[in-house]
Amino acid sequence: MSKHYQFESFLSMTGANADERFNHRSSETGAVVAALAAAVGVSVAAPAISNAKVKAGIDKVAKDLLANKGQGLVICGSNDVNIQLLVNAINNAIGAYGTTIDWSAPLNYRQAIDKDFSDLLTEIENGTVGTLMIYGANPVYTWPEQDRVKKALSKVKLKISFAEKLDEISELSDYLVPTHHFLESWGDGEATTGSIGFLQPTIAPLFKTRQWQETLMVWAGKTEPYADFFKNFWVSRLGGETAFLKVLQDGVSLTRGEAAISGGSYSAAGIEGAVAAVNAIPKSSKKEVVLYQSNALGSGTHPANPWLQELPDPITKITWDNYAMISVSTADELKIDYKSNDYEYYPQKPIIAVKVKGKELKLPIIVVPGMDNNTIAVALGYGRTPSLGTTYVDEHREDKKVGVDVYPLSSFNGTSVNLYTIDAELTNTGENYKLAQTQIHNSYEGRVEVVKETTLATFLKDKEHYADDAKHLYETYTKKKGATRADYIKSGTLYAEHEPQGLKWGMSIDMNACFGCGACVIACHAENNVPVVGKSEVLRYHDMHWLRIDRYYVSDENDPNDLKGVIFQPMMCQHCDNAPCENVCPVAATNHSDEGLNQMAYNRCIGTRYCANNCPYKVRRFNWLDYTGADSFPNNQDQTVVGKLDPAVFHMNDDLTRMVLNPDVTVRSRGVMEKCSMCVQRLQHAKLDAKKEGVPLKDKHIRLACSSACAADAIVFGNINDPESAITKEREDNPLRTFYVLEQLHVLPNVNYLAKIRNTDEIIGGDDHHGAAEGHGAEAGHEAKPAAEGAHH
Amino acid sequence: MSLIRYESQARAPLVEGNKTYHDVTEDICRPVEAKPSKLWWVGFIISLGLLGFGVVSIYMDIVYGTGQWNLNKTIGWGWDITNFVWWVGIGHAGTLISAILLLFRQGWRTGVNRAAEAMTIFAVMCAGQFPIWHMGRVWNGFFVMPYPNTRGPLWVNFNSPLLWDVFAISTYFTVSLLFWYSGLLPDLATLRDRAKLKWSKFFYGLAAFGWTGSTKHWQRHEALSLVLAGLSTPLVLSVHTIVSFDFATSVIPGWHTTIFPPYFVAGAVFSGFAMVQTLLLITRKVLALEQYITMEHIDVMNKVIVLTGSIVGIAYLTELFMSWYSASPYEWFAFKENRLNVNSPYGWSYWLMMGCNVLSPQIFWFRKMRRNILVTFFMSILVNIGMWFERFVIIVTSLYRDYLPSSWSTYYTPTIWEIGFYMGTFGLFFTCYFLFSKFFPVIAIAEIKHILKKNGDSYKAAYAKEEMESYDEFEHNQSHHH
Repeated sequence: MSKHYQFESFLSMTGANADERFNHRSSETGAVVAALAAAVGVSVAAPAISNAKVKAGIDKVAKDLLANKGQGLVICGSNDVNIQLLVNAINNAIGAYGTTIDWSAPLNYRQAIDKDFSDLLTEIENGTVGTLMIYGANPVYTWPEQDRVKKALSKVKLKISFAEKLDEISELSDYLVPTHHFLESWGDGEATTGSIGFLQPTIAPLFKTRQWQETLMVWAGKTEPYADFFKNFWVSRLGGETAFLKVLQDGVSLTRGEAAISGGSYSAAGIEGAVAAVNAIPKSSKKEVVLYQSNALGSGTHPANPWLQELPDPITKITWDNYAMISVSTADELKIDYKSNDYEYYPQKPIIAVKVKGKELKLPIIVVPGMDNNTIAVALGYGRTPSLGTTYVDEHREDKKVGVDVYPLSSFNGTSVNLYTIDAELTNTGENYKLAQTQIHNSYEGRVEVVKETTLATFLKDKEHYADDAKHLYETYTKKKGATRADYIKSGTLYAEHEPQGLKWGMSIDMNACFGCGACVIACHAENNVPVVGKSEVLRYHDMHWLRIDRYYVSDENDPNDLKGVIFQPMMCQHCDNAPCENVCPVAATNHSDEGLNQMAYNRCIGTRYCANNCPYKVRRFNWLDYTGADSFPNNQDQTVVGKLDPAVFHMNDDLTRMVLNPDVTVRSRGVMEKCSMCVQRLQHAKLDAKKEGVPLKDKHIRLACSSACAADAIVFGNINDPESAITKEREDNPLRTFYVLEQLHVLPNVNYLAKIRNTDEIIGGDDHHGAAEGHGAEAGHEAKPAAEGAHH
Repeated sequence: MSLIRYESQARAPLVEGNKTYHDVTEDICRPVEAKPSKLWWVGFIISLGLLGFGVVSIYMDIVYGTGQWNLNKTIGWGWDITNFVWWVGIGHAGTLISAILLLFRQGWRTGVNRAAEAMTIFAVMCAGQFPIWHMGRVWNGFFVMPYPNTRGPLWVNFNSPLLWDVFAISTYFTVSLLFWYSGLLPDLATLRDRAKLKWSKFFYGLAAFGWTGSTKHWQRHEALSLVLAGLSTPLVLSVHTIVSFDFATSVIPGWHTTIFPPYFVAGAVFSGFAMVQTLLLITRKVLALEQYITMEHIDVMNKVIVLTGSIVGIAYLTELFMSWYSASPYEWFAFKENRLNVNSPYGWSYWLMMGCNVLSPQIFWFRKMRRNILVTFFMSILVNIGMWFERFVIIVTSLYRDYLPSSWSTYYTPTIWEIGFYMGTFGLFFTCYFLFSKFFPVIAIAEIKHILKKNGDSYKAAYAKEEMESYDEFEHNQSHHH
């Protein structure tokens, strides 16, 4: 099994998936890397690491990397070139070149050089720039010195911005040239060398816009349309129209194929300088602020997308805001009682003032275990100008902004932008701010029927443990020795049993593979017309996500800051065969299909909510208000006393935005219960496809929104009556990790989970094993995960 | 005097003040025939105001959606169903008094049965509002009716306890209404006969269904009363049993409990008697009926309260014990952490319930307390607060932290419209009760007359001499009379 170590200063999503984590200050990243370099045999002087835990961690990682030469990989999360040079040295020393690193297929994105922009800024200030054309960049917002950029721009005579929609820099430009939306555009990309992807228009332009490339061509006096130019370019590069059309049809061309891995060449030149530079990185004894790109909004390019705004953060489960993630000990220092009911059960969270570089920002906090004690973390990408769009507005705030813009806390160090800052001072303002969380409780309370997780060594010691648990349940329940799940299914209900014939749908979710990103949540949103409810309604616990990712912290009870691990558990309707929701609905609006689906007849639903109460998984979502404008009451979205809706909801309901609705899925009206349907519209489609082909329905016909969006293939879905289906194989291949959540309730879910196994020495949940380290490397593999160093995602 | 009417002096008289048949008619008809007092108007207008508040609250719920309430993805039921169960429970005392006590020939019921039955009907009317208006799409509420239809035909789900509720509550309401109304017939005829105004003669005449008081009428009336009592008696037990099934048949820890049916029935009678006390203490005072609703009635009803309160207490302790003994960590968590733990978000509500329902009624072991009007009134309010919290504890503290800790809910407090809806049912209840007390005799005249010669104090006093006689004297005197 692979092993993933993480050194970082705050709990990132990547770190949350690590087998073992170590916390350090951001300003210490260089020192940690240098120490690791020294420990793996790079000839550099090891700096002193004061934190004993981190120091021990470095030694341990070095030992593991050296013991598994050619199988490890160290990834650098810093944009500091000197640190990157040291990481290269480490990778060279541990034999990663040509084994885990392939130099022949480099990644081609994130190639921007901060210094180039800084130089441009100087040139503008010197008055040597006459015309500035801007596309896909918004430095008025993203550059550390926003005011300087604004001032500089005023010196440029002609500023032309090509943009899909108004942004901060377009506002300051002389001309705004509206360009196509990506769905209206031609385009191409090469993410890794040799992997070509095409973009082609899927809709006719909605507005009077023109693709920016075409505009440039017109201005340059070319008469050829961009589409032709695009085609001619690729026809000649791909060697013929047939090849071009094939890539166009497939969308991608993976021409690289199975080429040999290239080791590249390593040069140790510059290491000495790098070490010296790293040692010179300023440090402080005060707090540090680390700025990260949030999972949903990234650098802040897409706040106009309410799906992203409403996507709960993988770690904090907060929507529609950024905030300061602070450690448990920092909370203690600030006298924040994070253990109180007030903190957990009410959305009001304390506001702290962060004083740094002569600036003061007020930020609401959220207490997170597994943070470096001296670091607070704040997401970038928030606090965009409210006048730019409906979803940029939070009406409840004085400044009307969604979150706080923390770009001003970043700084340019001469070569790159520092996304952390030292010398921060924190004070508790005594004020409160409502943060809209979709989950408020962080521990799974040792409920082993809900979450099954263990360490590799414990698992290997007692491989049958989970299977035995299930067997014990089946035997005690049926009062029959050697009872199986089939016996368990047959027993215990008064009603006649449904013989599964033909199709019977099932899903398996691998908790080892899921890393909590939430792509499935967005996919589900888009596919199933799941309404956006806005921050005001998320605050009332009215979020509508059919699919959510439950996140639990596993912490030491005596030391809440000592995070042992994080669990991500995608949770959606479990499509129980003995469903507690079905028998309580007075009008049979929710009922069972003969394919094992628990289905909702929206038209029949009268909204008693009894089904949601009786759902042990709490996956049912009720249309509390008229989120979609789909009911027949006129003007009933204008509540003022209770349940005032945010502009985002209205935004989702305007004629333009409604174009995102999936025409295959009913838009539910107010007063109706809804939940995961297993993308039943896609299943129907698949059945028709198979029928048209005249073949039995197979896996290839079925693509659920969530499982197709999952980068880790954590969600496997299919027909369990088909012996060749992926779901059948997944369950057959993993009999020792397969479990059903709350199986003891005899609700007979059709969704199973695969237990999470961590490759760690850390003792979790009373495991009494020691020394699991022998398990790492390439043995007993699921997908290989690289060990990572300091990866700030 | 015939010996048949003899009742021991040990039993206090049920009608005080040397009443004659005529006095009874006069006393009880007076509030109906006189102009309503200022107090009546004040109460009635306040009730109408509350009712209006309720109508606005329901309007908001219907037009804007259930999101006008603070329920959420985890807590699907809150004040709505709490209020529903609470009102249904209150109704039970009326049925118990009119049906079971009739079958058991409890003479004291006659002083209170009319008002208690009216209370039942109004309480069930109030209760019914909640399952109706709590629906997200109430305009489709008729889907719960099993009748041949053009929608498939689509049939209802007979497995659902909510559907059982539909039948249980509607049956209960129908039978209670019939029972109450058939009991009213002789008194309506009395009012008709005494009416001086044309319209009231017409109104009461219509309402009295042509009652003449003939022997045949009385004979049929008695038979009908017995039949309806027979029908109502199982309802006293079944209605709240079925309401409890809403919870007992579910899978949610704190709901999934087999003790619920008897526990709910005891609780219902408990809260119902408390409500009867509240109402009658006011009614007897305002309408000057202290000689009909006597201290004896108050005393005996307080005995019922201490009995049922103690049964409820045992039920609480039993379910607490079972939650631990079951060895189900989820069950135990629901009790230990969601309820017993005072520091948990809703711990206070569990202890409030315990204090009001189990501890406070123990005061009624003392005769002095049972016969203290102020204490009784205060206690009746306390018990109803406690019983409201019992339902709140069951519903909300079970739901807000159930199986998956990821779904544990933020703190639930009602919105103004949830409070308004509840207040509105008080408005409905008291509006009905005020109208009832103005237009109908709040005590069954005919039934009081039926017991007067046995239990009226002047008649009872006549037997005082006999009580002191030796057997021989008694026999001698009795035979001498003949």
